Amino acid sequence: MSMNNQGRPSAIPANSGAFDGVTGTVTGNRGLQIEEPLIFEQDSAGRTGVDLPDVPKVASRLGAVKPRAKVGLPGLAEPQVVRHYTRLSQKNYAIDSGFYPLGSCTMKHNPRLNEKMARLPGFSDVHPLQPVSTVQGALELMDQLAHWLKTLTGMAAVTLAPAAGAHGEMCGIMAIRAAHEAKGDSGRTKILVPESAHGTNPATAAACGYSVDAIPATADGRVDLEALKAKLGPDVAGLMLTNPNTCGLFERDIIAIADAVHEAGGYFYCDGANFNAIVGRVRPADLGIDVMHINLHKTFSTPHGGGGPGSGPVVFAESLAPYIPVPYVTHGKDGFALVENAGEGPAFGRMKAFHGQMGMFVRALSYMLSHGADGLWQASGDAVLNANYVMARLEDVMTASFEGPCMHECLFDDRFLKGTGVTTLDMAKALIDEGFHPMTMYFPLVVHGALLIEPTETESKASLDQFVEALRALAERAKSGDVTYFQAAPRLTPRRRLDETAAARKPVLRWTPPVVAEALAAE
Amino acid sequence: MRYLPLTEADRQSMLEAIRATSVEDLFRDVPKSARLAGPIGGLPNHMGELEVERLLGSMAAKNVPAGSVPSFLGAGAYRHHVPATVDHLVQRGEFLTAYTPYQPEVSQGTLQVLFEFQTQVALLTGMDVANASMYDGATSCAEAVMMANRITRRKKAILSGGLHPHYRDVTTTDARFIGFEAVALPAAPTGGEDLLALVDDKTSCVVVQNPDVFGHVRDYTDLAAACQAKGALLIVVVTEALSLGLLTPPGDMGADIVAAEGQSFGNALNFGGPYVGLFAVKDKYVRQMPGRLCGETVDADGRRGFVLTLSTREQHIRREKATSNICTNSGLCALAFSIHVSLLGEAGITQLAQLNHTKAVQMADKLAAVPGVQVLNDGFFNEFTVKLPKPAAAVVEELAKRRILGGVPVSRLYPGAMEDLLLVAVTETNTDADMDAFAAALTEVLA
Repeated sequence: MSMNNQGRPSAIPANSGAFDGVTGTVTGNRGLQIEEPLIFEQDSAGRTGVDLPDVPKVASRLGAVKPRAKVGLPGLAEPQVVRHYTRLSQKNYAIDSGFYPLGSCTMKHNPRLNEKMARLPGFSDVHPLQPVSTVQGALELMDQLAHWLKTLTGMAAVTLAPAAGAHGEMCGIMAIRAAHEAKGDSGRTKILVPESAHGTNPATAAACGYSVDAIPATADGRVDLEALKAKLGPDVAGLMLTNPNTCGLFERDIIAIADAVHEAGGYFYCDGANFNAIVGRVRPADLGIDVMHINLHKTFSTPHGGGGPGSGPVVFAESLAPYIPVPYVTHGKDGFALVENAGEGPAFGRMKAFHGQMGMFVRALSYMLSHGADGLWQASGDAVLNANYVMARLEDVMTASFEGPCMHECLFDDRFLKGTGVTTLDMAKALIDEGFHPMTMYFPLVVHGALLIEPTETESKASLDQFVEALRALAERAKSGDVTYFQAAPRLTPRRRLDETAAARKPVLRWTPPVVAEALAAE
Repeated sequence: MRYLPLTEADRQSMLEAIRATSVEDLFRDVPKSARLAGPIGGLPNHMGELEVERLLGSMAAKNVPAGSVPSFLGAGAYRHHVPATVDHLVQRGEFLTAYTPYQPEVSQGTLQVLFEFQTQVALLTGMDVANASMYDGATSCAEAVMMANRITRRKKAILSGGLHPHYRDVTTTDARFIGFEAVALPAAPTGGEDLLALVDDKTSCVVVQNPDVFGHVRDYTDLAAACQAKGALLIVVVTEALSLGLLTPPGDMGADIVAAEGQSFGNALNFGGPYVGLFAVKDKYVRQMPGRLCGETVDADGRRGFVLTLSTREQHIRREKATSNICTNSGLCALAFSIHVSLLGEAGITQLAQLNHTKAVQMADKLAAVPGVQVLNDGFFNEFTVKLPKPAAAVVEELAKRRILGGVPVSRLYPGAMEDLLLVAVTETNTDADMDAFAAALTEVLA
């Protein structure tokens, strides 16, 4: 064993078993990795983390309803709460701590200026139903964001209402349906969706009452134009296509695709999840797209927050511009005005309780202003460069699914693992031990054992090189037949592989007080 | 550009590794007609932090923050005091900049938070289980109706006139496009609707709100039983989650699904979003739920851990057969909710709810003493409706000129109707001086 100059081991010997299983410490903690019980297991009756004024002695006026006896929440003091959540946070991987190449998710740096701006009381402490005379700056911000989104996409109109990408899809498909209905065309029952689409696309189309017809991909990973044309007809309401697509490729035939859809009387919905590849360089309107959602939490850097909140504005071409939901901002005689009710215009309805994800609008605009037109040009260029670099540095040891150039992400499949006994999942788990968040696995479904890598433009070359070296070494290790190493990974995480089958078989979805839990067990 | 680490030398050496001549060359699959020659026109170039702060700061300064004046707005969004701890913890990068916890070994923090959040929501609503959040209360409500349609295999929802009209509109919008019937009753500012009479063998659910949009507090125990006797579910909507700290929860009344807005805990007003939708159900309906669910399990060493579970309901597995198309939800807002509820604890939540209620009682009495003003509610939590001798929208504008945000005119929610009604919400943030100032200003405006 090699020692450093303080006489300590300088490396953990491979397969030493030192980190396998439970550590043997008295507490179960492992240095900075501290075990943390559930908050409900830290209860002390009467304890609280807030100091509130005394309740005025006034007779209550609850009408017919009785006050409840108890809620059942635990009592903790503030320092305990701070420690609880701090310790939990330390069990998470995050962009702030490392490379997060999760394909199709655009895990780019989340600038803190955006957080500061969103917390200005003029934005964060404003009620959605204040008189419009008191929120002119908020409406101006929404108007500015709309201007940027329309300029960047070349589109005629935008709604900021949808709360996330899938919600934006819903909004876009509703607009398509409303447009067909307005023309008295009720025979269109189908939406075409490529096999490589995000699961939300078919789910959205089905939720809006359409049947879903899948379009196959060509050998070069793109929509099969002839197959698409064969399926187009008077029963097709539209096409939902992601571009660049989920294989990380630009749909070369996109203009011909748009023309074909339009000739058949359908509308072209673009899933804008991958807009980061082309933002500031290509305007979707110039590709013949009628409607597209934009994930502010991908392209425009608003934080993913462990699963939201997102924000999914939708841009519309002239053809669909009348069919947008409320609310929207207009320019009135006394400044900005807000149209809040569908009856006041051609809007098709409402998507959300209030005006959309204002907190995300501020962050996104802060990002846009920081980059400017020149910065966005550079950002999409670097995003595509980074992905192509990773692809070029890995394609001799892993199997790229399609020929490049790729756009902002590169796709590999598991052919390079054939015969090794190592799976895509095993590779991902071994990457975790190397200090990286895995790429997206097993998506898109059009290739076997997919590994979809999206580096984003906010990674340095050094960071990419370290990732590439780790992945190359793992690929070689897999090919050398060291299956057990992979199957035991990850070893160095707060928890090792979790039993997802058991979790689904007998779901435990909440904490239950011990007395109740015992009674249930005895049943 | 400060967010872009590649140097020009990096770019050159990377292009060599790729064997490409230029970055533009990598875009060669884009039809030439659609490729811009350089940075897009019509937008400014990049700015430093200071310039962005100046620009956005000047926009923010044009708004009147609710906290800068006496403010009494509610109607689905409430200004509560959020402890400093909440915003500090949600800004930890490990929470803020993580994705949905698809890799559980490196996401135990987010997953345990979700498990605790689900438990807190279940406890507050009095239900068996809750999911890991929806976009907001209104989308929760619409998803609850669609879930009831799936469970009962019926396609007609009855929406109470006490349901927040925005929640009603989100639900009827879905009804139109998704293909079910939503019968919305007229607004009922003084109550007295007979929902049960409308329930027939095609009815999947009845949707009520507690407290309702006019602030009335109701006991839905009998309605729940009667709906269920007819094979329909009772969905209870809650727009002020703090009321659950004081009132008999929907679960105890027999609700099948609770759809609620959780903004009151941990989340700022934010001009309407992002907020956090709560969604809780009876145990037997778990597999028909929309959205993410976090469950307990063990790892390879037998230690307790958490994973996303029952994902065969979800779009990324089931695609067009999924229970909902929802993917990203309100993770960070759910975290803020959870931290605030943890700080409050049993003692704090009860006291905070009582404080809100008693302050509202005091405010109602002060306003009832203003000549021409009548309080419509017998029972309420922290919000009530008053009838004014003048159109409420104009009164609110006058109050705003006096730097008081005096509630939400009912006509803002129901255009052209009930112009003399005003919704007034009171929280722990309102001081006695605020309340006196409001009553005095209203007296002046109405004089």
